[in-house]
Amino acid sequence: MSEVRVQREDFDPGAEIAALNDMAGSIGAIASFIGLVRGDDGLVAMTLDHYPAMCESEIAAHVAEAKTRWPLLAVRVVHRVGRLTPGERIVFVGVASAHRQAAFHAAEFLMDYLKTRAPFWKLEERASGANWVEARVQDDESVKRWR
Amino acid sequence: MKLLYFAWVRQRIGLSEEEVAVPASVASVAALVDYLRRRGAGYEAAFRDLKGLRVAVNQQHTGFDAAVGPNDEVAFFPPVTGG
Repeated sequence: MSEVRVQREDFDPGAEIAALNDMAGSIGAIASFIGLVRGDDGLVAMTLDHYPAMCESEIAAHVAEAKTRWPLLAVRVVHRVGRLTPGERIVFVGVASAHRQAAFHAAEFLMDYLKTRAPFWKLEERASGANWVEARVQDDESVKRWR
Repeated sequence: MKLLYFAWVRQRIGLSEEEVAVPASVASVAALVDYLRRRGAGYEAAFRDLKGLRVAVNQQHTGFDAAVGPNDEVAFFPPVTGG
């Protein structure tokens, strides 16, 4: 069971985590990651631009890939778009499995791929003006370990 | 051909998307870039440095040597920064 959503509105992490549990008793571990807007260097807001059709297909493809690598019982990915201010939630990745290792690894795998493959772009607003965030070499390095 | 532009590519060109009837000789992304560069200063600015540019054909990441045809959807954007 998996669900992928791209939306403007906030999400409820507790509700997302609860929805990962099928209550059938086969799930032994749920790992989740929540990304927030970090208000460093005087950041006023961050606006996320995206390519809707490709976001859907890219995220779905990597969820499917994660399921071939680890025995996952449920996956939920929520990514927000639009204008967000420091402290707001941007992204949720939640993974359920029988054991913790698969859940931890799959959550990290999905985040690394979201950062380097999913078509989202961040525009940072500061008092000095607005600038598009540049991709980080470190993120490209992080994704290489999954190849 | 349907063209889409995102982030600073959209800002430089001044459009988020457009439908363009490209000549049959434009059969690759690289040829499309050369063709688009001649459409104006905004395009020239957007396509000046291809090292900082990425492309997707029909919603799949690909390279500038990829083939394109009249019914394709081609998107140009900087390296992604989501998550």
